[in-house]
Amino acid sequence: MATRLPAAKRRGAARKKLSLNRSDRIWLVAMVAFPAALHLLLVWIPALLTVVLSFTKWNNLDPFSAIEYVATENYRIIFTIFDTNLFPAMFNNFVLVIWLTICSAIGMLLAYLLDKEVAGSRIYQSIYYFPVVLSLAVVGFIWRSTMFSRDRGLLNMVWPGEPIDWVGDGQKLFEFSLPFLDFPLGLSRNFAALLVAMAWRHIGYIMVMYLAGLKAVDNSLKEAAAIDGCNEWQSFRQVIFPSLKPINVIVIVITVIEALRAYDIVAALNEPRGTEVLGTLVTNALLGEGAGRVGVGSAYGVVLLVLCIGFIIWYVADHYRKTA
Amino acid sequence: MTSDRRVRVPRSPSPSEVGFALGEETQDPGTEAGSGLSRRSFIVGAAATLGTGAVLAACGGDSDETEAGGAAEGGGDLGEVTFGSNYSDEKPKEALAAAVATTGLDVAINTVDHNTYQENFNTYVQQPDDIMAWFAGYRMRAFASRGVVGDISDVWSDQLSGMSEGFKSASTGLDGSQYFVPFYFYAWGIHYRKSLFEENGYEIPTTWDDFKALCDTMQADGLVPLCAANDGGWPQMGMFDMINLRVNGYDYHVSLMGGNEDWTSPEVKEVFAKWNEILPYYQPDANGRTWQDAANALGDKSAGMYLLGNFVTSNFDGDTQQDIIDDIDFFLFPEINSEHGQDAIEAPIDGFMMAASPANEAGAKALLGGMGQPAAADAYIGVDPSVVAAVSGADTGSYNALQNKAAELVGGSKFIAQFLDRDTDPDFAANVVGKAIADFLADPGSIDSVLATVEEQKSTYTFE
Repeated sequence: MATRLPAAKRRGAARKKLSLNRSDRIWLVAMVAFPAALHLLLVWIPALLTVVLSFTKWNNLDPFSAIEYVATENYRIIFTIFDTNLFPAMFNNFVLVIWLTICSAIGMLLAYLLDKEVAGSRIYQSIYYFPVVLSLAVVGFIWRSTMFSRDRGLLNMVWPGEPIDWVGDGQKLFEFSLPFLDFPLGLSRNFAALLVAMAWRHIGYIMVMYLAGLKAVDNSLKEAAAIDGCNEWQSFRQVIFPSLKPINVIVIVITVIEALRAYDIVAALNEPRGTEVLGTLVTNALLGEGAGRVGVGSAYGVVLLVLCIGFIIWYVADHYRKTA
Repeated sequence: MTSDRRVRVPRSPSPSEVGFALGEETQDPGTEAGSGLSRRSFIVGAAATLGTGAVLAACGGDSDETEAGGAAEGGGDLGEVTFGSNYSDEKPKEALAAAVATTGLDVAINTVDHNTYQENFNTYVQQPDDIMAWFAGYRMRAFASRGVVGDISDVWSDQLSGMSEGFKSASTGLDGSQYFVPFYFYAWGIHYRKSLFEENGYEIPTTWDDFKALCDTMQADGLVPLCAANDGGWPQMGMFDMINLRVNGYDYHVSLMGGNEDWTSPEVKEVFAKWNEILPYYQPDANGRTWQDAANALGDKSAGMYLLGNFVTSNFDGDTQQDIIDDIDFFLFPEINSEHGQDAIEAPIDGFMMAASPANEAGAKALLGGMGQPAAADAYIGVDPSVVAAVSGADTGSYNALQNKAAELVGGSKFIAQFLDRDTDPDFAANVVGKAIADFLADPGSIDSVLATVEEQKSTYTFE
């Protein structure tokens, strides 16, 4: 919360900072420098190396000296020759951002209802939270074998019509064309099925975060709102939602990151046609025994990095504009 | 995200990952570890690998040295030979040690968990042991053409008289020299239930027309003629391979896999035209079905035939479904073009390669020669009977009917292909051809544009 401190108090804080003694300062520098160094070493240097590798050709088998500079050739390859992989993957990631945002809203609603201490709220809480303890890869395995399987899955047992191929049917539910692409983009049926499995986990995850947040909301605020004659919606919209701001920030970040880094559940379903996401394109090009395509995989990785950085810049700028 | 490391690009199983389910007469309670991926053990295994990614990663550094042999005479002169092995399960590990002991050489076996071994092979092959376990086909040729494994043509000419011509061509690099000693394999063929064929009076088809006529009869009898799975993107590559081998022949197939032929050519289009003729006999929705689910249709006799590797039997439980395992037999894919007949078969092979510059070259070559003898195969099968040895002259007494059939059909084949994702750049196989096949199955009418995409994407691969 950006409450403005009185000028005197701020000056006091500044003076206090200057009065740190020598050992305090050493500690302070160490505590900043060590994580910063780790962060640089483990995050930004590999990220920069990925960018560098994306302009090269290398098969990860030959020695480093065989790395060959190819300028933007890898980008030409992924944007023109493998455009049938790249653009559907980007579209699927985009769908995930939208979808997980909707799921986050549902999670918030559930949390709000459960916070009302309805009868059995703890049981509901446990049920919704249960999937969160599973990794998305495990969620993928479970849904693939017990729910989606065409011949012996639960969904087709209760489905009255012809069995549906939930995993393999890449037919599009809707399609649209972009002027620069010679093929349509759209949401495949199997990706839509996969969205349901992701929602199963994501809703519970977000619910728990909001539950924690709601517990921290001062009850007197709610009471004051009630006394002032707010109805349920007004009280939520005007009083509770604003006081959940720190949680909202975290939830937005988590939702977008989950959507962009999606990989494990698609991989667990064996990447059927129609479900490609950027994460699977990167790993498919990089993993493998004899023939890693490091340059192409790195180029996919850079596309993902640019999308993430774009979001971060927008988010940080927005955050500072509002708090300034 | 720690579990991601274990989830990899799916590909067809190696012979060491799947074994032959054993017939009643040879079933021994201890062989379950060798009998591969039953559905149950696959799921448990998947869960275990997911849960224990970190543990497995920690194990990766462990290697476990076993001394084998050395006692027998004649080995001492050559000194110690080091042997990198991915035979990490208990049974195969013991079996390999027994096989190595028959060579009478002083061998230090360096065993690494087989997943770790395969994932790290790129790095390992730079500083390898004298000989190392690996796979035939492109997976061998890619290393051979980069010069990181050694030419062993003299081992072939001097010591490996028991190998058929087909095994020799599968061990040959692009330059015509040999780089590989085959050890064991499984075969791809059309599997069927003997009892179903007897009950309904079906004959084994040997030509394409007979095959389609049989499919029609089965359909009229209320059966699904052909089991069809494509989950993971690899199972239907087998159908492409077989039709291509029958229509265009082995040489064309190898050339196509090597990136030297045009995918939009009339030859390739003919493959898909022939394939299109049998799609009406497929189980519907192949793209989302696992090979295990398709195998269940063979097991309950709702489907008639299944083109898959011999590991199809490992889908059935050795205790409760023994009758099904014993009832499964297979035949060669029917002839389409009389010029090529039925001269080629697919059989992924496990075997051994030599380092480019081994510390003990004479010892390494003696060991490779020794591992290619019937005695070594017999010793291996004595411990782990779920495999079929490559060398002819191995003792087949412990084989069940399916193993005998595999040995007979593969041994008699002029050409042995390894399977699409082993015969070409694995990245090209999975990300280009596999995708194209899935697109073709979903919409057979789009094949021309699908093949145009393959040809365009092929241009970004070097196939070196």
